[in-house]
Formats: sequence, structure tokens, C-alpha cells
Amino acid sequence: MNLLSDPVGVSHYLIVGAVMFVAGAVCMATKRNALGVLMGIELVLNGANVNFVALGSELLRPGVSGIGLDGQLVALFVIVLAAAEAAVALAITLNYYNNHATVDVDQADELKG
Amino acid sequence: MAEYLKGFLSPEWQFLAYVAAALVHAFLLINLVAGGALAFIWLERKVSGRIQDRLGPTRVGGKFGWLQTLADGLKLITKEDLMPEGADGMLFRMAPYVSFCASFCGYLALPFADGWVGARLNVAVFFMVAVLGIEVFGVILAGYASASKWSLFGAMREAAQVVSYEVPLGMCVVVPVLIAGTMDLVTISQMQAGWFSNWFVFHDPFTFVIFWVYFTCATASVNRAPFDLAEAESELVAGFHTEYSGLRWSIFFMAEYGSMFAVSGLAAILFFGGWNGPIPLADWLGLTDASRPLAHYFGNFLGMLNFMFKCVFGVTFMMWVRWTLPRLRIDQVMTTCLKYCTPIAAVMFVGATLWTYFLPGGLFIPRQTRYGSIREGWHLEAQQPTAVEPPAEDPLNPVARRTRAESR
Amino acid sequence: METINWHSFFFLLFASLACVFALAVVLTSNVVRMAFYLVLSLGATSGLFFLAGADFVGAMQLMIYVGGTLVLLIFGVMLTAKGPFISMKTSAGEWILGAIVGGSLLTVLISSATSVDAWRAVPREDRPAASQVTATRLGLGLLGARVDKLEQTDATLAGGMSGYLLPFEIVSVHLLVVLIGSAYLARSKRRAGGRSVGDHF
Repeated sequence: MNLLSDPVGVSHYLIVGAVMFVAGAVCMATKRNALGVLMGIELVLNGANVNFVALGSELLRPGVSGIGLDGQLVALFVIVLAAAEAAVALAITLNYYNNHATVDVDQADELKG
Repeated sequence: MAEYLKGFLSPEWQFLAYVAAALVHAFLLINLVAGGALAFIWLERKVSGRIQDRLGPTRVGGKFGWLQTLADGLKLITKEDLMPEGADGMLFRMAPYVSFCASFCGYLALPFADGWVGARLNVAVFFMVAVLGIEVFGVILAGYASASKWSLFGAMREAAQVVSYEVPLGMCVVVPVLIAGTMDLVTISQMQAGWFSNWFVFHDPFTFVIFWVYFTCATASVNRAPFDLAEAESELVAGFHTEYSGLRWSIFFMAEYGSMFAVSGLAAILFFGGWNGPIPLADWLGLTDASRPLAHYFGNFLGMLNFMFKCVFGVTFMMWVRWTLPRLRIDQVMTTCLKYCTPIAAVMFVGATLWTYFLPGGLFIPRQTRYGSIREGWHLEAQQPTAVEPPAEDPLNPVARRTRAESR
Repeated sequence: METINWHSFFFLLFASLACVFALAVVLTSNVVRMAFYLVLSLGATSGLFFLAGADFVGAMQLMIYVGGTLVLLIFGVMLTAKGPFISMKTSAGEWILGAIVGGSLLTVLISSATSVDAWRAVPREDRPAASQVTATRLGLGLLGARVDKLEQTDATLAGGMSGYLLPFEIVSVHLLVVLIGSAYLARSKRRAGGRSVGDHF
């Protein structure tokens, strides 16, 4: 199987999406910097977006009535919501930094019972 | 061109034809940016000189000192390449290239004449605005990686400024898109063919005002004076590029002049008819007829010169502004954006919407363009119920039909 | 030598860039470099969107994600980047745990992605040319008219194929709420020391 001459299908895109998703999930789990966790979330959302666009693409699945435009539309909503989420998370992080002088999420344990 | 080259190659090497064609085009574009930067730096000195009642460079290179930039380039290349001790080496080295790549990517979608475009994108306007907004990354990285307080301040200002100015800039860009009904730069330009009254800047009073708002915001988003707070030398030494020297520094400047040219090009296409001259001369001479390849090519070449002239005029205008107005303070820059540009752009946007809705044919003279029919079909069809039924294979027309049926 | 499929070539280029920089985000511990790698990864992803025929989503990704969200992120990084917070090390135990969980998740995802026949590649020849009016169709979809599903005969399904007008409105209101809320959260408050975060300019 020659990757350069074979056509690209949806599963290729799904693999890329999977790698990004897993990288994001591991990033969220291992980073201690709150902003690092935020970047992990962005990666996860982006991996999901790759899947949406690939499954809705007419170019990759000719003649198949898949999810059609839904894929691209949902991807647009994800991007917009990710921007909103980043703004709020950043505001929370700044607030946290203001009050505790650190961005280490491990130290945000004041609510521990 | 790729098809032409393919004839010379055996089948298994035919892919080289595409590579060669792509490289030639990329070479042309990159030299436009680099050579343009050389010319603009010389022009900037002459313009600033004349505005300040002096001559500018005269000694190097005979008349008008036109070799001055080349001599400067030689000096920059031979300069020692310094990096501060606490700097983040990788980011420090990458930053100028990030800036330059972003500025250069905008040229991918910028049409120079009818069909002379790197990639004809359906969303070209959006793409160009997006890519030009990425240039800020290089500046932020440079500011951070330099490990210098002046650089960091410059980068912070740049980030705040560019992100804010993208809002009114986007609104201004939407207005010509709204009139044209498409985001394809080639189509937008084709729709303004004919007399200069067809140019979108003269479409209605609102577009005329919004062009000036666009130009202000574009000047701010490419960091030109009076909005060059990121490099305000009177307060921040040299801002984000304080620690840069030699070739890396000059790459930042190539990026800056590259994006100046790009936003001027965008303005020329969105508001000033792109490659169409004020008088449809090429049309009278039969140079726009696609069935005669040689004449068409020549017409396109003239169109390209026309377009370049408009771009250079835009850049010169920015220089004129730079050497005329004093630099704003950072809070004044933000006030200009949020309290003046954004509301004006919003009002003009609503005004232009109403104008196109109530007076689609213009106020006095019915607007006629050669390409009136190239709007995306659903729009025209929805407006004129008596129009001939377009071909059935157009996927968009059923919607227009259905929406009309529902509204009855 | 077989002829090169340019679509595949550019797919490989962008896909490898996206994956490599996504992994680099995980592996580096310097938070500014993480942000830089994230930019490159997301930029390469927008290239993938262009290749899949989703021009508008690709440009949107460049504009909002790369040009907006990440500038904001880097802004946050700079505001909080002080000595110890620039690079925070993760303990080896967490790395091992993360690698095991991530590796197994990746295995499951990839095996499921390659196991469906309908998702396999189809030969290039019978592919339609890229649709030229992506943006218009998306815009109509957001206004509530779906142009890609007009031939849906099943009435139940056709009802589900409605547009996205309501979500679009909800998102607009949501953005406004977020704008006000984050401005309220991040507003400059005087700390005991007398300096506030907003004083940096």
C-alpha cells in the first residue's frame, strides 16, 4: 500500500482526528499548568472537528448521503463555542492567578472535603 | 503550464511538471513580496524625505538613490546575528518566519488579473483576512522570546490591538461581500467591470464611508503608523524587534511591507474594481474576449499593471499617513477601534444592507455590469420571480423556489 | 514509479504536521512552546479542512481558532508566565499512566476508524469536482434552509433535516453572555499588594 498514490478516505481523517484527540486527552490529564489543560481541551475539540468535517465531506465520500452539511455546520458551532470556552476559562485562570498567585491546578483544592 | 510541461516528460516523471509549475508560480509571488519590499523601503524614504522637505537618499545608485535599499540589504546581511542570553532560542529564530509566512500566505488567494490567482477560493476574502491576522503571532513570539521587557510590552500591545481591530475590519469587509453576494475575490472584481461608477466604493454613500473605516483598520492591523504601538521607538526602544538584528530583523520588515501590499490589494479588489480600470478601455479594444487567447492575455497583463498601480497607490497612501500624523497613545488606539471604528462600521453595514435591499439598481443610473448574471443563482432568482427558470442541476435553486412558495 | 496523487500528498503533509505538533504539545513542558506547537497543529488542521472541501470551515478555523483563541491563550500565558510557571514538570508516574491510557485509547480509536468499510477511500476518478458554493450553502443552513437534503422523502427524517437557525441564535446570545461574563471575571481587581493584573500596559 503506497500512501502517496492511494486516494485518501474518511478513515485517514479519522486516524488524524484520533491522534489529536488522544494527544489532547493526555495533555489535559498530565499538565499541571491551567493553561496547558486549556490547550488540551482545544486539541480534543479540534480532533472531534476533523471527524465531523471528514464524515460530512462530499469530496471524501462521493455519492454517499452521509451527514451532509451537518458535519461542517457542527464544526462551525464547535469552533465558535471553543472560542467562548477559551475566553471564560482564561478569565477564570486569571482570577485564580490573582487570588492564589499560581496557575498550578493541583493547588486548587480548597473545596476538598 | 503544467499541461504544457507534461509533454516533455516521460509518464513516470510527469509529476515533476506540477512541481515545476508550482515552484515557478511560488517564485514569482515570493519575488513580488521581496522585490516589493525593496522598492517600498526606498519609496518610504523618498516619501518621508519629501514630506519633511528634504531629498531622501540621493548618493547610492545614481539618480534618485534607487540602489539605497540594496546597499542597506548588504549591510544587514553582513551584520552580526545576535541573540540575547535569556532568550528562548527556538522561538526567537522561528518568530520572523512565522510572521513572513502568514503575510505571504495571503497572496495565495489574491487575484492579480482575471484568472491570475494562486488558488481561486470560494472564501477568498475570509481567508485573506484570517491569514493576515495570523501575522500577529510572529510578533508576539518575538516579543516573548526576546526575554526583554520592551519587547514583551510591544508584543502585548500588538496582541491587544490586532485582536480588537479584527472586529471592525471584518465588518468593513462584509459590506462589499454583501453587495456582491459572494466571497470569491475574482467574481467580486469581475462584477465591478465597466465604468468607474461600477466600483463598489461608489455603490452607495455607506460603502464610500466604510472604505475609509476599512483603510484605518487595515493600517492598524498591519501595524503602520499612527498605530505602530508595538514598535513605538519613543517609549519602547524598538518594541517587539528590539533584540533583533541583521537578516532576521529584515524579514520582519519584508512581512510588514508584504501585508501592507496585501491589504491594499484587498482594498483595491473590494472597493476599487480590482484589475478593472476606471474606463472600460480594454473592453472597447476587445482585450477581454476570452476566445482570443493572445488578446485576452495582453488584456490581463494590462489589468495586472492596473491592479499593481492601485496597490502601490494604497501603500504610498499609508506612507503619507505615517509621515503626516503623530502616533497615538495605546489607550487612544483602543478608543479609536472600540468607540469609533466599530460603531461606524456597524451603522454603515446596516445602511448598506438597507440600500441594497431597497435600491438594488442604484439611485440615479441603473447599474449595469457585464457580469451581472454571475451572482450565485439563488439570489437573483429569489428577487425576480418572473425570471427564466435556471437549469435544474443547480442545487441551490430548489431552495429559492421552496422559500418563495412558503412565503406566499 | 506510480503517479503521485496530489490530494494524498498534501493530506500526508498536513496530517503529519498536525499529528507531530499535537504530540509536541503533549511532550513539551514549556507552556509558551506548547502554545506555539498548538498554533502549528491547528493551522495544519485547517489545511486538512481545505483538502476535504470544507473551505469555509478551514478559513473559520484560521480566523477564530488560530487568530483569535490562540492569541488569547498566549496572552494568558504571558500574563501568568513567571519563573516557575513557565515550565512545570509532570511526575514520571503520571506520564506512565497517561501514556498507557492514551495508548490504549488510541488503539481502540484507530482500530474502529479502519474497520468500517464505508469509510474506506474511493478511487479518485469518480469523485465530483469540489462544490463551488460552500459558503452559500452553509449560510443557508444557518438560516434554516438545507440545500443538501432536498430529496429527503421520509417525512420524519426531513423534519430532522431542518436548518440551524435556533442554534445559531442561541450561539449568538451565548457569545454575548460570554463576552460580558469574562470581562466581569477578568476585570482588574486591587490585590492586597496594590498591583493588579491589568496594569501591565
